[in-house]
Amino acid sequence: METTTNGQAKTSLPTLTKKDFESGVDPRWCPGCGDFSIINQVQKLMPNVGVPREKIVFISGIGCSSRFPYYMNNYGMHTLHGRAPSFASGLKVSRPDLMVWVITGDGDALAIGGNHFIHAMRRNMDLKLVMFNNRIYGLTKGQVSPTSELGKKTKSTPYGSPDYPFNPPALALGAGATFVARAVDVEGAHMGQMLKSAAEHKGSAYVEVYQNCPVFNDGAYTYMTDKAVRADSILRMEQGKPLLFGKDNKKGIRLNPQTVHLEVVTLGENGITEKDILVHDATHADPTIAFMLANITGKPGFPTPIGVFRSVRMPTCDELTWEQIEDVKAKKGPGSLEKLLASGETWTVK
Amino acid sequence: MSTPATPTRKIQKVDSVTIRFVGDSGDGMQLTGTEFTKASALAGNDLATFPDYPAEIRAPAGSLFGVSGYQLNFSSKDIHTPGDQPDVLVAMNPAAFKTNVADLKVGGMLIVNTGAFTGPNLEKAGYKSNPLEDEALRQNYRLFAVDISQLTETALEGSGLSSKEIARCKNYFALGLMFWLYNRDAEHEIGNINKKFAKKPEIAAANVTVFKAGYAYGETSEVFLSSYEVPAAKLAPGVYRNVTGNFATALGFAAVARQTGRQVFLGSYPITPATEILHELSALKDHGVVTYQAEDEIAGIGSAIGAAFGGALACTSTSGPGLALKAEMIGLACITELPLVIVNVQRGGPSTGMPTKTEQADLLFALFGRHGECPVPVIAAQSPADCFYAAMEAMKVAVKWMTPVILLTDGYLANGSEPFRIPDPASLPQVKVSYQTQANGEKGEFLPYKRDAKLVRPWAVPGAAGLEHRVGGLEKDSLTGMVSYDGSNHEKMVRTRAQKVANVVEDVPDLTVSGPAKGKVLLLSWGGTYGSVRTTAELLQAEGKSVAHAHLRWLNPLPKNLGAVLRSYERVVVPEVNSGQLAFYLRASFPGVDPVQFNRINGKPIKTFELAAAVRELL
Repeated sequence: METTTNGQAKTSLPTLTKKDFESGVDPRWCPGCGDFSIINQVQKLMPNVGVPREKIVFISGIGCSSRFPYYMNNYGMHTLHGRAPSFASGLKVSRPDLMVWVITGDGDALAIGGNHFIHAMRRNMDLKLVMFNNRIYGLTKGQVSPTSELGKKTKSTPYGSPDYPFNPPALALGAGATFVARAVDVEGAHMGQMLKSAAEHKGSAYVEVYQNCPVFNDGAYTYMTDKAVRADSILRMEQGKPLLFGKDNKKGIRLNPQTVHLEVVTLGENGITEKDILVHDATHADPTIAFMLANITGKPGFPTPIGVFRSVRMPTCDELTWEQIEDVKAKKGPGSLEKLLASGETWTVK
Repeated sequence: MSTPATPTRKIQKVDSVTIRFVGDSGDGMQLTGTEFTKASALAGNDLATFPDYPAEIRAPAGSLFGVSGYQLNFSSKDIHTPGDQPDVLVAMNPAAFKTNVADLKVGGMLIVNTGAFTGPNLEKAGYKSNPLEDEALRQNYRLFAVDISQLTETALEGSGLSSKEIARCKNYFALGLMFWLYNRDAEHEIGNINKKFAKKPEIAAANVTVFKAGYAYGETSEVFLSSYEVPAAKLAPGVYRNVTGNFATALGFAAVARQTGRQVFLGSYPITPATEILHELSALKDHGVVTYQAEDEIAGIGSAIGAAFGGALACTSTSGPGLALKAEMIGLACITELPLVIVNVQRGGPSTGMPTKTEQADLLFALFGRHGECPVPVIAAQSPADCFYAAMEAMKVAVKWMTPVILLTDGYLANGSEPFRIPDPASLPQVKVSYQTQANGEKGEFLPYKRDAKLVRPWAVPGAAGLEHRVGGLEKDSLTGMVSYDGSNHEKMVRTRAQKVANVVEDVPDLTVSGPAKGKVLLLSWGGTYGSVRTTAELLQAEGKSVAHAHLRWLNPLPKNLGAVLRSYERVVVPEVNSGQLAFYLRASFPGVDPVQFNRINGKPIKTFELAAAVRELL
């Protein structure tokens, strides 16, 4: 492949540790910020993704989360508000040999950067996009974001927000993302798995991380993460397993054959057995069930799903681009500067 | 029409002819114009073209705003413009006639398709009676009333084509007639038609029939007393091809890819009149070019900056409104110091303005249109073929100095065409690419903002182990590139970035003057007005007037000797297709210099006779 990779040193894979991915700059996030947990998992993952450190690039936009690349000892770009996917897409198309991560937040990705976000997803560009969702603008000190709840009171909405929020995984699925997952900052090990799956996925990968902002939106997720309610309020989606939850795993998600909607049922009640429970299959080509699962988020009476909603392998934009280039080259044969200049209709003046 | 050819018809030799084809936007005038252009090129003429078309793809038929035109100046001499006033006007309907006849030279040849001068068409053009019946018209011009519609129908009688399909062939009648009138190679054109419509043989056959009918009409009817010949121009020996500015721009970038063996990356979003750069480069994938059609203007440049970070020779193409959207991104490319070429094909503004019409009104925006202190080199192409060299030079400077560079062209250059002598590859601007491969710090660390003597920082690209670093939009430490909010570091960085761009002057050749080195008037042009201003200067010099001409290619940095040149003349005249932006810039840059402005903002190139008249008044 003709890419501009010259000048680079050999890319052997020495054994690296988490520490090798720390830039040495201390993160300047507020104490207790969920971002620490995320960077911790990402740095832990890096030695194990099978790509040399110098070929991994982190690209971010603007916001608290977007300071991330400065703390990673990789190639990195801290770009403009909302625009990270555009840089990442250009880099990936130009250099398909690189592993490109996009680090973004709910305001960055879904408000000012909404357009770039949906197009990166629809193109199935091979990017790993991690969105820190704290449902607030942190760096500008507390305004509603596109994921803030209806009625939320903030500095910019002192009487409550009149906007309905985005459901980010549903948006990503609707836009055509081939990998969509959700994690929570307080569940490090699970988040690590989600990030690992995203790293292994080839194509547009979206990982939403529910992240607490202790200063401007503290406790945003306690309704589901508090120990007392966790079992009943979190649905852990696992590939090939029935969608059961609750203290004794007695509650489940069923696709009601009459209404064709998802509903919460209880094993042993009304003749419900495990056979009635929806078995999770994130690899189905049709994203409809994944979309339904994404849409139970925030619905009264339903748990919040975490895990992988969708994971489907499709040719990526960067792969298709380079296949096409190789095809055209093969068809047109070897060229030269002379041939290029003299192509088309010419005439000679003597 | 059935009379035999009259071989005794005389052929008149003429030096130069300007023809304008005008018709409905669906009448095929652009095709007619380009085909006639190709034939003139093959006949060895020097030429320049100017397509002028509406923003609507298919404006309502017969309407005044739906008129599409194509002007061509072909000559046995060295020419620089598509001509001011046409010698020949071919008008396919009343609307086209009405909007263009005033431009025709008095005594010029007016060929009209009388078949379209009927009730509804006359009404749509706002005529109460047929203007062709006006006696004054026949006194001012040589009117050739030809019922092209009917003659086309007659030629295709029994062809089995629908009346709509037949009507669409009539531009080939006009073309055939012009081929006869100017003694062009009809056989070659017939070959072209067959090639162009190879997939629709019945349409190809119909167009050939109509083309031949047009040719035969000229030959056999007694309407035309003579035909004309414009001898070949004395062009420099070599192989030529005809190029538009947009094609030449794309060719320049592809040439960079071929020359360097490095990937050229174009990130772009469609916008008139810049879109063809994206089209053309997308077709040159086999030459080491990667193109990416982004979701918007911002992502167009964003993708290019991303690619530049990865080591590609990156560019983006746009027009005024798109440049406005890219402004924040240019700031990022400036502060990160990544190489990038931004092509701005200027059009009538502000806002959507006049998308298909030319203007030079983005000069000050290119120079200053960003927040913060954000100087970038600015180069402007001077002719369609020059876009090729300007693109290569812009890339050369971007890479050499690690900076975004703005390349200004305009709608006139972008769509206009002229012969391009295919250069010897060895004579081209050399783009030199080198990536950092070693750490450069005293402790073995990599310092991405440690500069060389010219203040240029190293370009280390992902894949180079040990050189991992971060760039970004926050102000950075002058060595490590890490975030720095230190006031004195910021001042140092602002000044250093500005000085680096100022240093580019070493690659800016001194301004050359054609004409007297001192004297009464200096005409100073920039960008697309080169041709008009050059022609005006030659005209006045031939009259024995003390008039010199100089042309600015680099607008930032300005050539070192510019001040001295400006002060060598009593008056400096700055003609521009804007309200005086270069003049403003010169007043600010050279205190005491107060240029005489000559401004037109009518969406068209400057007319030489108007400029010449204005300059004569100063002498």
